Amino acid sequence: MTAVTVPSGAAGAGAAATAVIAEPRSRRISSWLRSSPGKVTVWALVFLWTIPTFGLLVTSFRPENKIKSTGWWTFFKPGDYQLTIKNYTDVLNAKTSNGDMGKYFLNSIKIVIPGTLLPILIAALAAYAFSWMRFKGRDWLFIVVVGLLVVPLQMALIPLLRLFTTGVHIGSVTVFPAIAGSSSFDFLKSNPVQAWIAHACFAMPLAIFLLKNFISSLPSELIEAARVDGAGHLRIFWKIIIPLSVPALASLAIFQFLWVWNDYLVGYVFAGGNNAPLTVRLVDLAGSRGEDWQRLTAAAFLTMVVPLAVFAALQRFFVRGLVTGAVKG
Amino acid sequence: MSRNHRVACVALVAAGILVAACGSDTKSSTTASPTTAVAGAAGAATTAAGAATTTAAGSATTAGGSATTAGGAATTSGAGSTVTTTGSTNADGSPAALVDGKIPCTQQYKGKTVTLFSSIRDTEADQLVAGYAAYEKCTGIKVEHEGSGEFEAQLKVRIDGGNAPDVALIPQPGLMADLARAGSLVAQPDLGQYVKDNYLSGYDQIGSVDGQFYGTPLSANVKSLVWYNPAKFKEKGYTIPTTLDELKALSDKIVADGGMPWCAGIESGTATGWPVTDWMEDFMLRLEGPDVYDQWTQHKIPFNDPKVKEVADAVASYLKNDKYMLGGVKSIAVTSFQNGGVGVADGSCYLHHQGSFYSVFFPKGTTVGPDGTVNWFYLPTKSASDPKVILTGGEFMAITKGNDRPEVKDTVLFMASADYVNAEVQLGSRLSANKHMDINLIKSPQDREVAKLLQSSDVARFDGSDSLPGAVGSGTFWKQSTAWIVGASTDEFLSNVEKSWPKS
Repeated sequence: MTAVTVPSGAAGAGAAATAVIAEPRSRRISSWLRSSPGKVTVWALVFLWTIPTFGLLVTSFRPENKIKSTGWWTFFKPGDYQLTIKNYTDVLNAKTSNGDMGKYFLNSIKIVIPGTLLPILIAALAAYAFSWMRFKGRDWLFIVVVGLLVVPLQMALIPLLRLFTTGVHIGSVTVFPAIAGSSSFDFLKSNPVQAWIAHACFAMPLAIFLLKNFISSLPSELIEAARVDGAGHLRIFWKIIIPLSVPALASLAIFQFLWVWNDYLVGYVFAGGNNAPLTVRLVDLAGSRGEDWQRLTAAAFLTMVVPLAVFAALQRFFVRGLVTGAVKG
Repeated sequence: MSRNHRVACVALVAAGILVAACGSDTKSSTTASPTTAVAGAAGAATTAAGAATTTAAGSATTAGGSATTAGGAATTSGAGSTVTTTGSTNADGSPAALVDGKIPCTQQYKGKTVTLFSSIRDTEADQLVAGYAAYEKCTGIKVEHEGSGEFEAQLKVRIDGGNAPDVALIPQPGLMADLARAGSLVAQPDLGQYVKDNYLSGYDQIGSVDGQFYGTPLSANVKSLVWYNPAKFKEKGYTIPTTLDELKALSDKIVADGGMPWCAGIESGTATGWPVTDWMEDFMLRLEGPDVYDQWTQHKIPFNDPKVKEVADAVASYLKNDKYMLGGVKSIAVTSFQNGGVGVADGSCYLHHQGSFYSVFFPKGTTVGPDGTVNWFYLPTKSASDPKVILTGGEFMAITKGNDRPEVKDTVLFMASADYVNAEVQLGSRLSANKHMDINLIKSPQDREVAKLLQSSDVARFDGSDSLPGAVGSGTFWKQSTAWIVGASTDEFLSNVEKSWPKS
């Protein structure tokens, strides 16, 4: 897992550096960064941050006996130069004794997309309500929601699991149906529905907090004008709030995407067996007694591909996302 | 900028559509994959079925030899027809019934599913699954196995969350006892009787908690082995020791000849120290005998009893002896158990104490056997005339609360039976303590030798640290023995473990 977090950490450092450049107040720092000693320092840091990931990449292409006997840097020694893609073919091979990573890759996608869109939609609606709808106890309710940020998700695992297995019944009325282990719906079995709900729940406090900050800072004239023209709440939400909050929504989506993709615990508890995500598969690849750990480097690289691509493609939103939550005040 | 926003928005929507499409797509592919799995298993099924028939013939003779016991055991249903039903097959060659006729092949469990949860993964898991293909074909049932590296923690989460697997394959009797006392498991007296009749003596006791039988044994691996390098032994003219004194003399002779007798590694992440517990258990069985061993694991004698100290001193004369240990004593605490014995293969050390499973850790291309790169001998008893004691490990199948349905019980019965055991031994190295395991069917000669050792043992005891309460067996015993290797005195080691014993 550390291997997976390293690049995002490195990227985070790079992003922070760019954010600093964009900030007019810290012009002195940015001009120092553009000077040659500054550039040398930044590149040195980038180099240091990247070494572990680079080592991982090199290792993933080395043959098993080399991985197990020498460090990856010996790869560059003359005469020790050996490349293979066997580790990759091993982990992608669709047999249980090997990787079958392709199937789990798809599982991860099945978890990550609803696990990102669902909480953002709900949080956006809630943030709108907290910002622009007047009702009694609004501020208290908001404080409670934000206060939930301090509740560790590990505490909620077993209660949530019980909710899924038994459901909620008041008398003979079913408030929430039992969705785990029920054979009546194939959809519930072949899709990680429990993981979607769990991810949506756990993302809620932070998402509402960030979006409320953004949405409440939108100019009130726009919303009042729409109201005068006869638009209801739903219309205002879809036609005005959503288009204007795209930067905040997109940055939150990236955070949530990376979090869900890299998540192990929730996926492990709520999407076991055939629906398990890549991270869960990665842990089990080494075999019962850890005898096949040479596969881990190649498998770790495969799990990193998507977060890296997402980050590279949507870097701009990522940077703005860091600023969105922070500068408000 | 706004163009970018629109692009992002479109991308998100597109992703949503994609996943919707993917969802239906994968749904069809998941429905498709069982068919391919079945097709794949069908190939295995035919071999397994073939195996079942041969064993049926084989066991028919054994049953004939001990006809009285077999008849006595199977009084419940059609004892007389037992042997004939087992031998008979359908027109297509598939067996008409399994487990001596106890499970008829009438597709009676069609559409039903049984879930197994274990810590077994990778190649071993494939073998485990392939072994019950014949049973699935016979009864129409679907058995789903899931292996996890976080088995112990995850099992508790699932049980607490009301999402327990039907059968948990538990490798630690101590953990099984905790779960049974918490009411999470269902006692199985019928299976207990089956195990008593068909397994090596003592196995029904290991699977019992407070007199009730819960855990049906699945596999058995043997711990009491010493790996050595046959070529080096031949070169130097060393012979296999048959007593503990000879083992000591051999070690000293190797030192005198300028070699390094032993290598070891006890690092294993959070479980660092467990190989030391195997040393302690093996020496306890040899020096003090099985009775004291039981008193020790049941805490009827304190952990710092003089008898335990005697055993610890004997272990220390090997493990804490700088003259014996490759790289010095302290190095073994930072050497992983996987790498602990690879020196035997390249000749940098002569001996390594580890279970039968260790063969997978030797470098690729290493052969096992009297003429191979490495081989093993039985860790000798104190004197050659002592009863042959053996230390084993393995999993126990426990049925969880509320899941003792007929098809679950039959699945466990099948996986304990000779039909399953003999299919397994042909697939790989998963041995069993079932008395009807046919040694001749075992694929690799090395495993065949291990199985012979297992069946020839006079007294079998289960890995003690796995039977101890969790706080000790997978806690202080490991930690304190690591501290002991790194420098703590034997008295400190033993009294610290004693102090940590849970009060009850």
